[in-house]
Amino acid sequence: MSSITGASVASQFPGDGPSGRSNIEGDSATSRRIGDRIFAGASRGAGLLVIALVTLIGVFLLAQAIPALLKDQASFLTSREWAPGGDAPRFGIVELLWTTVASSAIAMVIAVPFGVAVALFITQYAPRWLKRTAASLVDLLAAVPSIVYGLWAALTFRSLISPVEGGLQDVLGWFPLFSPTGISGGTIFFIGIVLSIMVLPIVTALSREVFDQTPVTHKEGALALGATRWEMIRTAVLPFGRPGVISASMLALGRALGETIAVTFLVSKLADNTPWTFSLFNGGETFASRIANNAAEFDTPAKTGAYIAAGLVLFVLTFIVNAIARVVIERRKAFSE
Amino acid sequence: MRTSRALAVGAVALTGALALSACGSDNNNGGASGSGGAGGASTGGASAAAASCFSGKLNGEGSTAQKNAIEAAIKAYQTACSDATINYNATGSGAGIKQFTGKQVDFAGSDSALKTDEAAAAKTACGSDAWNLPMVAGPIAIAYNVKGVTNLVLNADVAAKIFNGVVTTWNDPAITALNSGASLSATPIKVFFRSDESGTTENFTNYLKAAAPSAWTAAPAKKWTGQGEGKEKSAGVSSAVASTDGGITYTEWSYVAQNKLSMAKIDTGSGTPVELTGATAGKAIVAAKQVGTGNDLSLKLDYATKQAGTYPIVLVTYNIVCSKYADAAKGTAVKGFLTSFASDSTQSGLEELGYAPLPKEVQSKVLTAVGAVS
Repeated sequence: MSSITGASVASQFPGDGPSGRSNIEGDSATSRRIGDRIFAGASRGAGLLVIALVTLIGVFLLAQAIPALLKDQASFLTSREWAPGGDAPRFGIVELLWTTVASSAIAMVIAVPFGVAVALFITQYAPRWLKRTAASLVDLLAAVPSIVYGLWAALTFRSLISPVEGGLQDVLGWFPLFSPTGISGGTIFFIGIVLSIMVLPIVTALSREVFDQTPVTHKEGALALGATRWEMIRTAVLPFGRPGVISASMLALGRALGETIAVTFLVSKLADNTPWTFSLFNGGETFASRIANNAAEFDTPAKTGAYIAAGLVLFVLTFIVNAIARVVIERRKAFSE
Repeated sequence: MRTSRALAVGAVALTGALALSACGSDNNNGGASGSGGAGGASTGGASAAAASCFSGKLNGEGSTAQKNAIEAAIKAYQTACSDATINYNATGSGAGIKQFTGKQVDFAGSDSALKTDEAAAAKTACGSDAWNLPMVAGPIAIAYNVKGVTNLVLNADVAAKIFNGVVTTWNDPAITALNSGASLSATPIKVFFRSDESGTTENFTNYLKAAAPSAWTAAPAKKWTGQGEGKEKSAGVSSAVASTDGGITYTEWSYVAQNKLSMAKIDTGSGTPVELTGATAGKAIVAAKQVGTGNDLSLKLDYATKQAGTYPIVLVTYNIVCSKYADAAKGTAVKGFLTSFASDSTQSGLEELGYAPLPKEVQSKVLTAVGAVS
């Protein structure tokens, strides 16, 4: 009985077995069988293949990006210009970085609490006949293609969100994050909300699996000590599921950072020389949408290199976020009985 | 548990199948209309098309402005010639030219004639001169969506100020001066521009620079240099204006009707503001000068024209071909298709799609040039 959190039955009985090997390895009769060795080899091969793939992608990105970065006349990390063509290219990614991070952050702030709440409802509160239906419905959200999300958001959802944005700008306009801008189409706020709907099923599906794995004895113990249902969830289910929920959030964040088609459909590009603002109601392109929008213009290697450098920044950003998540999970590895 | 999972999967599959069945072009009537040119609708100048059928494939790429026009021409040609297959990929003028000079496609659609370096690259790729043949005249409309306003009049100067962000509300004195009858409120003007590199942008900024050089100082280019919000492709800007009160943009005529927008009448200084119709746009093409030599028919449009009844903001889409193809069969194929494209029957059908038919003088020059392609 192993779970996403990494605990397993075998790890509950550490130490040596009768043949002197540790229990996890089994006895010598089983480990020299041809089937075992093929399976072990195939697993090892698959793991190595995945690692090699990720490494090669990283190497490809670096190799294409470095010549373009060397030619860049403007500071890559702080410049707002984007003119990668010609003999003196000037490009910088600070606007792209802000838009991508801000829209993904909004998506996470909305999707994670919602997703965890839906998962808790499905596993702890829902009657049995509703569990399966609700689970299938939420999984259906993941089956909708992203272009359909883009179309729906542009045609229908936009008119629902406009009054909300207007209200926020009127009431909280003094706060720099909500200051009014002239943009009415694809604001960071709007794109963040659409992204949250797209990543919600990921968070829900994985959290649901983790919450289902909560040891029944923990839950029964909490209830026996007089906890209400919510207190039982807070003390037994949520701490057990925290690493799983963090994994789910990281997957969802990866999707939100890299989402291309829906964002390309909705985004409003800013005119050159628009003054910088931290407002969430500003327009702007994300890394993925700028690369997708300009994919037809990759004529010279230098210009292509500039866009690949932008892709490299996205790759590094996702890598860093995932690494932080891994560290958090390792520190809080599930407790066993 | 299995039943409801199976039902859910079944529902998704059914929905997906239904949605995908809506995809697919309606070019399937090509095969049903009989073999040879006998069944095809060929009249007058188009009878040559029936005779110059080819069998095989032809690939073109480029301008999105001529997408609807060339699709209609392809449909007409493939109905008449059932063995021919023509593919046109509307990825933008810049991409089309790159593919043409990279020998990936047989002809390119572009909203502006080849520049000097592009012409040299095309000459190297073709092994012979490349010719710019105007086939589609697409007027560019200034489309707006303001509640309660249907008869807006603008001139080049005010338009330049709007698209530069100098004039920011609809009841600005500059606009009310030209529209004494209309009731304009203080709604903010929301400008939308093409975020991709577009020939439409280049032609529109050409017009603004030529007709209002003091108000529009930036050099015309495929990349937008004014203010506003960028949306992708003509479809994006048009639907953005349709869903925003106070929105204004520049887009092809066909998108205006599709999205139920209103078009501004242009006051060129000729007396009465000119409305965009097929006839007024055609007059601008007639007045254009040919700057190409011989069969290279690149035109220089006079955007600052003060001629009566002439709509000045017109975009001409050229189909760029090699004058002599290395593969003679390709040359015949291109000649056959473009003759049909420039013929009366195809051109007259373009007006309902939002294009101006080629005026007679230009059409005869184009047909001569196409006839010389080999």
